[in-house]
Amino acid sequence: MSAPLFNALLELADDHLILGHRVSEWCGHAPLLEEDLAMPNMALDMIGAARSLYTYAGEIEGEGRDEDQLAYLRYDRDYKNCLLVERPNEDFAHTMLKQLYFAAFMHPYWEAALQSSDETVRGIAGKSVKEVAYHIRHAGEWVVRLGDGTEESAQRMQAAVTELHPYVEELFHMSADAQAAADTGALPDREAMRTQWTNTISNVFDQAKLTMPEVEYPQLGGRTGHHGEEMGHLLSDLQYMQRAYPNMSW
Amino acid sequence: MYSQGLIGADGATEETEEFLAKFQARIDREEKIEPNDAMPNGYRKTLVRQIGQHAHSEIVGMLPEGNWITRAPSLRRKAALLAKVQDEGGHGLYLYSAAETLGVTREQMTEELLSGKAKYSSIFNYPTPTWADIGTIGWLVDGAAIMNQIPLCRCSYGPYARAMIRVCKEESFHQRQGYEILISLCNGTEEQKQMAQDSINRWWWPSLMMFGPHDAESSHSEQSMKWKIKRFSNDELRQKFIDATVPQAEYLGLTVPDPELKWNPEKNGGKGGYDHGEIDWDEFWRVVKGHGKMNRDRIKDRKKAWDDGAWVREAALAHAEKRAARQTQHAAE
Ligand SMILES: [Fe+2]
Ligand SMILES: [Fe+2]
Ligand SMILES: [Fe+2]
Repeated sequence: MSAPLFNALLELADDHLILGHRVSEWCGHAPLLEEDLAMPNMALDMIGAARSLYTYAGEIEGEGRDEDQLAYLRYDRDYKNCLLVERPNEDFAHTMLKQLYFAAFMHPYWEAALQSSDETVRGIAGKSVKEVAYHIRHAGEWVVRLGDGTEESAQRMQAAVTELHPYVEELFHMSADAQAAADTGALPDREAMRTQWTNTISNVFDQAKLTMPEVEYPQLGGRTGHHGEEMGHLLSDLQYMQRAYPNMSW
Repeated sequence: MYSQGLIGADGATEETEEFLAKFQARIDREEKIEPNDAMPNGYRKTLVRQIGQHAHSEIVGMLPEGNWITRAPSLRRKAALLAKVQDEGGHGLYLYSAAETLGVTREQMTEELLSGKAKYSSIFNYPTPTWADIGTIGWLVDGAAIMNQIPLCRCSYGPYARAMIRVCKEESFHQRQGYEILISLCNGTEEQKQMAQDSINRWWWPSLMMFGPHDAESSHSEQSMKWKIKRFSNDELRQKFIDATVPQAEYLGLTVPDPELKWNPEKNGGKGGYDHGEIDWDEFWRVVKGHGKMNRDRIKDRKKAWDDGAWVREAALAHAEKRAARQTQHAAE
């Protein structure tokens, strides 16, 4: 009974860890100093949520695995994050759009999770819902500025939309584990976030003068560990210390 | 980092003696000088230079530690490191704001950093090849920064002094956090202890260099002391740092890489202190002049971030203008 919730929590935890990792890659290299402060903030929120989720997943599993063992010591095929979050940063337009897409999903998700049958999930949701509301605002404002800024920024923003939009569908996709966790009332049904996600994004896109593309072939596979090539490189950074110096505490 | 800010500072002034005497009297009364107060040109220039260099040090200092964010060995350490690097960016921001009160813009200061005209602390021109360096930087580099900055909380220039009060609180948190990383390593395996020892071997001398040249060679120190921008000499602060730090190294079970280091009970007016070996000043000047291992990389990285971000900053500006124009049009209708 606990296995589906464990796996569904890992899906969520991996999404947060990997997106947090990507955002953190900007630290010290942002286009302006204010963003060198804002991006680590978002990364910290993501990693904080990942830690709570891994810790709880480890408790559910009951085999003594802690947050670090779950975050660092799995093989690439065992990471269950959606493909969107592992996409490389490319440029600031891609980075902000990725953050917006994810936050626009997580906000209604955490809101729904406030009604979870599981007390720990409700606790994590309560903290995270405020954080992602800020991410929507922050990333959304940038998408508007860039979409309705200069010719170059508009072009880059639309290119980011074209490139990242095929990864959106996976956010709503229900794995068997997610379904089982939803059936018990522990976690929300991902499919139910579609309307709110679309409203949030349409509102931003209107102001940003961006058009929402039709996606013929959505990219799926992250939940079953079918990742892109970039994921292995991300993991070789992430896991470096734990792999090079096994069984030590830091 | 911070007394290095005075290298080459030109405190020369042209004001009348009466004006200078009145200004000095304010300083001597420990009055804070505020942005709109009359001040000698040399005072202003010295501060612009020092605060600017301090700000640049915070910003460039994000790079060596940022190098380990994606590879931090645990989630707890990763979060702490992210927060620390973010704090350093915040320090840069307050300091640029403090410098801006003296009539320079952040853009001007940034351009001077990127062109190599403005300096930053030479400590950040050393690389961070291992995780232990994150501990050592927190302990030694933030530790040396605190030693330098605590007296700056009483600096005669109000905005700088106030920025320093906030910054110092965070720096001491960073120092404890760095030391705690080293405690974990020193309580760990043989590999971890070696990693820590290797790191202190590399960072000890550069940390001592952070206090700047010997007093005798620090040409503008005297004027800065008189203006109460500076309160202690480079050598005094360095000695304080050594005396505070050596026992911490001993507690860790690490050796400070100075064979001449010896407790001298006569030192500090009979309170005791450490005698130490001579700093390699050739290395110091070499790194200050741009020939350290990482000087070129640091500037290249900052320049890349700045250049790659140009379109973002332009877009933000263009968007703000469009918005303002739409608002004016709206109001006119
Ligand atoms: Fe700092
Ligand atoms: Fe500092
Ligand atoms: Fe610091």
